[in-house]
Amino acid sequence: MKRLICAAAAWAAMTALAAPQELHVWRHETGDLEMVASAKAVERFNRKQNQWRVVVETLPQGSYQQAVIAAAMTHKLPCVLDLDQPSVPNFAWAGHIQPLEGKLRPAGAEALIAGGRSTLKGRLYAVGQFDVVLALFARKSVLEKAGIRLATLEHPYTADEFRDILRQLKKQGVRYPLDLNGQRNGEWVPYAFSPWLQSAGADLIDRKTFKVAEGVLNSDKALTVLDYYRSLFVERLASRKPVDEQAFLSGRAVFNYNGSWADSEYRRKFKDDLVVMPPPAFGQAPRIGAGSWQWAVSSSCPHPEGARQFVEHLISAEEIAAFSVETGLMPTSEAAADVTQMYRVGGYGRDYFEFARRFAVLRPETPAYPLISSSFERAMKEVREGGDAAEALDRAVEAIQQDLKRNHDYGF
Amino acid sequence: MRRSSEGALVAGKLLHVALMVLAAIVFAYPMLFMFAAGFKPSETIFADLGSPTALIPNASWTLDNYRAMFEKGSIGAYLFNSGVVSLVTVVAGIFINSAAAFALAKLKWRGQGVALSLVIGLLIVPFEVLAIPLLLIVSKLPWIDIGTGAVVVGWLDTLHVQFVPFLANAFCVFLFYQFFKDVPDELLEAARMDGAGALTIYLRVVLPVCKPVIVTAAIILFLGMWNQYLWPVMTVHTSQARTVMVGLQQYYGRTTQWGEIMAYASIITLPVLLFFLAFQKHFIRSVVGAGIKG
Amino acid sequence: MTMASDIKHFGHARWGEVAALLGPAIFLFAAFVVLPFIMAVGFSFTNIKLLQSDHVEWVGLSNYTRMFSLKLVEAPAALIQEQQNPSRQWRQLKRADLATLDGFQYLTDVRLAGSHYLVGARDPQFLRSILNTFLFALLVVPLQCGLAFAMALWVNQKFRGRVGLRTVFFSPVVTSMVVVSAIWGLILHTDAGLLNQVLRAVFGEDAAQPDWLGDPRLAMLSIAIMSAWQGAGFQMLIFLSGLQGISNDQYEAASVMGANAWQKFIYITVPGLKRTLVFVMLSTTIMAFGLFTQVDVLTGGGPRDSTTTIIFHAVRVGFREQDIAYGSAMTLFFFLFVLLLSFGQKKIMERLGS
Repeated sequence: MKRLICAAAAWAAMTALAAPQELHVWRHETGDLEMVASAKAVERFNRKQNQWRVVVETLPQGSYQQAVIAAAMTHKLPCVLDLDQPSVPNFAWAGHIQPLEGKLRPAGAEALIAGGRSTLKGRLYAVGQFDVVLALFARKSVLEKAGIRLATLEHPYTADEFRDILRQLKKQGVRYPLDLNGQRNGEWVPYAFSPWLQSAGADLIDRKTFKVAEGVLNSDKALTVLDYYRSLFVERLASRKPVDEQAFLSGRAVFNYNGSWADSEYRRKFKDDLVVMPPPAFGQAPRIGAGSWQWAVSSSCPHPEGARQFVEHLISAEEIAAFSVETGLMPTSEAAADVTQMYRVGGYGRDYFEFARRFAVLRPETPAYPLISSSFERAMKEVREGGDAAEALDRAVEAIQQDLKRNHDYGF
Repeated sequence: MRRSSEGALVAGKLLHVALMVLAAIVFAYPMLFMFAAGFKPSETIFADLGSPTALIPNASWTLDNYRAMFEKGSIGAYLFNSGVVSLVTVVAGIFINSAAAFALAKLKWRGQGVALSLVIGLLIVPFEVLAIPLLLIVSKLPWIDIGTGAVVVGWLDTLHVQFVPFLANAFCVFLFYQFFKDVPDELLEAARMDGAGALTIYLRVVLPVCKPVIVTAAIILFLGMWNQYLWPVMTVHTSQARTVMVGLQQYYGRTTQWGEIMAYASIITLPVLLFFLAFQKHFIRSVVGAGIKG
Repeated sequence: MTMASDIKHFGHARWGEVAALLGPAIFLFAAFVVLPFIMAVGFSFTNIKLLQSDHVEWVGLSNYTRMFSLKLVEAPAALIQEQQNPSRQWRQLKRADLATLDGFQYLTDVRLAGSHYLVGARDPQFLRSILNTFLFALLVVPLQCGLAFAMALWVNQKFRGRVGLRTVFFSPVVTSMVVVSAIWGLILHTDAGLLNQVLRAVFGEDAAQPDWLGDPRLAMLSIAIMSAWQGAGFQMLIFLSGLQGISNDQYEAASVMGANAWQKFIYITVPGLKRTLVFVMLSTTIMAFGLFTQVDVLTGGGPRDSTTTIIFHAVRVGFREQDIAYGSAMTLFFFLFVLLLSFGQKKIMERLGS
């Protein structure tokens, strides 16, 4: 009898141990390549250990942010989820995700470049497998025919030089030489254009204290950037509302300012004729944005250890490399980059990587970011539609300062 | 004399047809464009928007968008979910709203005037105002699971969270109210004489008379539920209970795939169109000579 | 046993009956509309943020003062001379007197009794949105109701293709707003848009090429036209059901008496549709005031805030900027505002009708 009970107990224990614990993960739905790569990464994790089994729910990208916010408010977040990097400090401050510190710190986090990590007040909250780089796309043949020099990492275009090039092209008959993706709203605008501020020596907010936007966002240097932006539309060098996203592909536009996610499509069409150049410099070195979709652990996660293991798996060099190989997106660690064909030294994507390392600037890591982003986007929109740059920036600064005041500076 | 009046008749008919065609172009063009674009590859969709050839099939038309959509999976499930949500709303909603309107319009009781004002007030509140508090409410409400009989807390990630809050519809109540007000009292009095209670009168006498309004209300309720977007995004995260409009958002991302969006939109427009076609024949009773002669 | 007296007081129902008929609706409204509304009102007196419900403080009326605070400042003549742009004038005045004017932004300027005054507000976009919403309602309501009325009269006749025409009219209502907005965005495109191409074709190469969605003076009109186009089919249904309610006998009797089509229209159709007309006008007005989706998809509130409506502003502030408390305050104001307006409109129309 005793033996039977012991055997039964042992068998029960073994079954309990054998059944892996389910870990719920959410990710946003996106292009096929990324989805397949992501699914394979999950599969590899589930296969290589028995303790945890990751179950992924994919949510449509168009409504992802709202869905996550609603889930956060009702405390229904999954254990692990991916977030768009600039919103991470806000979620962290609100207490919905927990810091990846101490026992929760995934190994390998230090090896990631700046664009692969998200912190608030110095504590790590999210890590990413890939990042995206802003670039100026063009075609060698078109530029050579027009007698325009190619910009390089060492010698990028200056802003004025670039505008003159566009003017020249316009005189030669190109309707809208530059495609700035003007029809895109939302986070694209701060992502793509706040680096111009930084390149000029201004910024969205003072990053030492995160309390002051006055004199930073509406400084004279910022004003020159917005006046420049405005002139591109007034002189019709870029279209305010492009009909579609095919301007560069169809040859209507000579330059396209876009993220490196467009690389594979453009390369497929133009092959070696495609040239990837750094964005124009506004006085100091050119700057690009950083921080794409990253993984965080929710505060209500019942299995933080499992979450840590999963995240650690994702940011291991092998996994980052595998993901990069399958999607073409840029890896966030040098170890991984060196293993891939596209991003290792000598590969045609290495420029992206170097550029990211040298010139990428994260969007300000403050819980005030949603408001900063919205205010800046509004200012740019107003200027794009012909408004006065000083008025637009003053309004944005006002909104930001008032918000900081109302929220007691978000604890800074 | 006769000739010219015949000529006038023919001219009138031609004008009428021409007007119809013009109306068809002005009103149906976007929808037809959507149907056509579902068959085009994404890159070419906006290329020929300006020309009438946008609607004419040509060599580049393909089934790729539809194929990709079905391969990505789940549109069948989404259609089913949307169907359930919408149909339940229509059936339950018609009764709930017309009953309330009947009580407001035909019965006399204290507080009637105030109640009517409240209904108008309800009409004014836009959904965006209520979204967040409503979310907090439904996340705490209990529900009895039909399968197991257990009591579950929270309505998130279900089908019922998507329709129960909207079964009572101020617009429909108001619509029925206006119609009932015009139903002659004699009809009701006759039934009363036969000893019928208010409920019986409502079911047996009033409802059968208002077919057109019922049909209108049905279409309105169906449309409202079918096109719902913000609320399902906020309350349903799993793909099991997901409905059709949320599913559309998966094509909006870094590269918006317009071809697939149009194909998807075409598929989700069809049920509503069919619903409308099926029911609109109940507007059959034409009123001869009413209005401007066409 | 029914008594004669019962017939005279037809309708005095027992409370049980009223409860059974009215009950479900009342319960649903109370739980899912009234309760959240009261909560939203509660939010408006706090500083609650979208994601964060822990450190919530009571702030009294400060959200409401933020909506309506105005400051009138006299602009010295020297300033007017030196700086033409009024918003830059305000900027300088503010720098000179930061203590009083902190938090206020330029709204407009007025000339009163010979002096030049600048008006600042805490939330000029909100005040502008009230104006925009009014303008939109003024444009869309007559357009949409008129269109719907004409459409209903037309498809109520007997002719071949009537069903097809009804479906055609209803198709904008059925098509997803996303698709409709995308396509209209293209039709109204300044350069490649269909509308401007048609203008060029009809009036020649030098025809005016208005910037339908980019010109602050035109954008609201464009949205109004698109909304009317999209919503008319919906109101058409309501008119149709109202038309069905007019009995055929009246028309036959009129025919017998020798009335022509116009007289039948004026003396039978229009009076018969009185209630429906009031309903349609009222509901269209209410829906017009709540304009949001079209603005969100087509213009994002621009150009230069010319299409920002009250609800659009409230949603942007509440959801995108996460200031749910302030968003709720604006929506409460919206509710009271439209409530008063609707009652006023109803009274006026009923008086006109009788």
